[in-house]
Amino acid sequence: MNTPQGVSPATFATALKAFAQVVGTDWVFSSAEDLGSYRDAYSPLRGLPDERTASAAVAPASAEEVQAVVRIANQHGIPLYPISTGKNLGYGGSAPARSGDVVLDLKRMNRIIEVNDSNHYCIVEPGVSYFDLYAYIQKKGLKVWIDCPDPGWGSLIGNALDHGVGHTASRYRNHFDAHCGMEVVLANGEAVRTGMGALPKAQTWGQFKMGFGPVLDGLFSQSNFGIVTKMGFWLMPEPEAVMTGWVMAPRYEDLHGVVETLKYVENSGLASGAPEMSSPLLGTGTSMEMVKMFFDGPPKLAARHGELVAGAKLGFSPELQRYGLDQQIPYWQLHMTFYGPPKVIEAQWDAVQSLATKAIKDVRFQAGKIHAGPEMKQAADRFEIYPQNIGMPNLEFFGMGTRAGGNPHPMSGHMWFSPVIPQTAEAIFEVNRVFDEAVRTIPALQRVPVLGLRPFALPTVFIERSFMAILGFPVSDDPKMNQALVQAFRELIRVGAEHGWGEYRTPTIFQDQAASVYSYSNHSLLRLQEAIKDAVDPKGILSPGRYGIWPKQLRKRRAA
Amino acid sequence: MKIVITAALLAVLCQTSVAAPADEQAQKAIGKRVFDQWCAGCHAAGPRMPGTASLAAKYGDSMPAALEERDNLNPALVRHFVRNGVLVMPPFRKTEITDAELDALGAYLTRTPPR
Repeated sequence: MNTPQGVSPATFATALKAFAQVVGTDWVFSSAEDLGSYRDAYSPLRGLPDERTASAAVAPASAEEVQAVVRIANQHGIPLYPISTGKNLGYGGSAPARSGDVVLDLKRMNRIIEVNDSNHYCIVEPGVSYFDLYAYIQKKGLKVWIDCPDPGWGSLIGNALDHGVGHTASRYRNHFDAHCGMEVVLANGEAVRTGMGALPKAQTWGQFKMGFGPVLDGLFSQSNFGIVTKMGFWLMPEPEAVMTGWVMAPRYEDLHGVVETLKYVENSGLASGAPEMSSPLLGTGTSMEMVKMFFDGPPKLAARHGELVAGAKLGFSPELQRYGLDQQIPYWQLHMTFYGPPKVIEAQWDAVQSLATKAIKDVRFQAGKIHAGPEMKQAADRFEIYPQNIGMPNLEFFGMGTRAGGNPHPMSGHMWFSPVIPQTAEAIFEVNRVFDEAVRTIPALQRVPVLGLRPFALPTVFIERSFMAILGFPVSDDPKMNQALVQAFRELIRVGAEHGWGEYRTPTIFQDQAASVYSYSNHSLLRLQEAIKDAVDPKGILSPGRYGIWPKQLRKRRAA
Repeated sequence: MKIVITAALLAVLCQTSVAAPADEQAQKAIGKRVFDQWCAGCHAAGPRMPGTASLAAKYGDSMPAALEERDNLNPALVRHFVRNGVLVMPPFRKTEITDAELDALGAYLTRTPPR
């Protein structure tokens, strides 16, 4: 039997028996076969000595059972690693951040406590997935939308706590910001509620985020200070209609005008949907175009076009630009999604065109159809609009890395390197220059494929006000290549930090390093997090090491 | 390693005797529900299904790509892939698909499709 680090087999056996008395013997897992399903399916360390694996898993069915399990863990010094649905693939999945820790699997806690389509919120448990909530809303005919990430089987709570994102309106895409009140089990087994849930007779858990006193909710995201067992989320009222509009810019330098238009339009609320940028000339696309590419293969460019793209430096050559101008192929395309009554959408689109005409020389426009009522879902079913843009969950993004689209090298997983960069065109050009140079000159980066960098990396705008320059790494079943990926990823974190670009989220194996670059004033932020950890979890039984936060007794393990 | 895995899969494929459930239709109905909840998002027939598209590329015309149209699946094979995963498909835990549900799923997918 594997045991948690520093725990004797006898103590562990006693604890497992006590866990079973709480959750039932069927819901304590310690056989090699059962624990196999808790391995991180996308780990680049899979099968290697450093792979993070669990010694056991325990699956409570209620917050009360979580409290009882935590008290037992505290008594015996057993480290627990909570997961919600365990589908945070590419960021650690269902495996613990530290080998040997016991996974606290919250999937059985799958109650949808309330969905209110008058005040537009829901309250759910951690095991509720986007699919679950969507199905519930559809079945009951409620007039609210969810906001889901590309894959729909993740947990609302887990995704929000990991700072995950979605595809609908600005207010809902940042899943943590969209939350409203939470219930948390602390390391001592006590349950606390934030926001209005703290007031016993309040009817406003899903309506007022702040409650009274300091807003502590953020402490429980990307951390290890407590186990979130319920959470409220604001939901988007189902709009009357949706429309996509495209702003097309002909020249390389027009990226400045495109970004300025994007910022003003989003920050002023003219188009509340997720703005996306693409380059038809360079063959790089939006989320929807990426999904198409996964299944249909890369865009088929004319021979001359392909040669010019291949010969461009940082996505540019005068000849390529000339080709685009001659062929009427936009260098850049800004995709905007509008929600609301058709008349409002038309007026907003008019306003966007006026603004973009001033910002971009020779700009062109194209508008999609305004889909209203049931037509929205029908359009998504026909893939005329991206289903996630109207809160319809699916698993289509997993086409990435399969054999589909003529891909000769199916993957075993993937990882995303996701640094936050300024929301300017200058920053986009700079990111491309810096990472292109890194890939050309740093040996660890020369050995691996970096997805999304060439011919030009356009950032995403999931979260308002900034860009994320997301680059991908394909995990394979070749241990040597995977180890090279790990080294390359670490190099990108280092290079990014040198330029002030830190990750918004990262796989568990890189969390120490990614946290360490947020180092202002001799790591004062991390030291504050450690002080909180020592106060609320002195034995360090909750997810030691998650997001770089280690309990006092293990702190020497932290990366310098 | 690959040889070992292949041999194990062959052994699984060759298993033919599976205990018939007391109420086969009821079990298959449960299996269908499990399939719709957990598998259909990737393995249903239709466009942009990652599993179906990948299997279509793997097998070409030699067998159907959508799992519900296959007539060469058996419960042990289904169990192997559900509990172990393959390529980008992760394994599924007992908190997601219980052993009883997995048996039902295996029964549901073990069939000769209507011609």
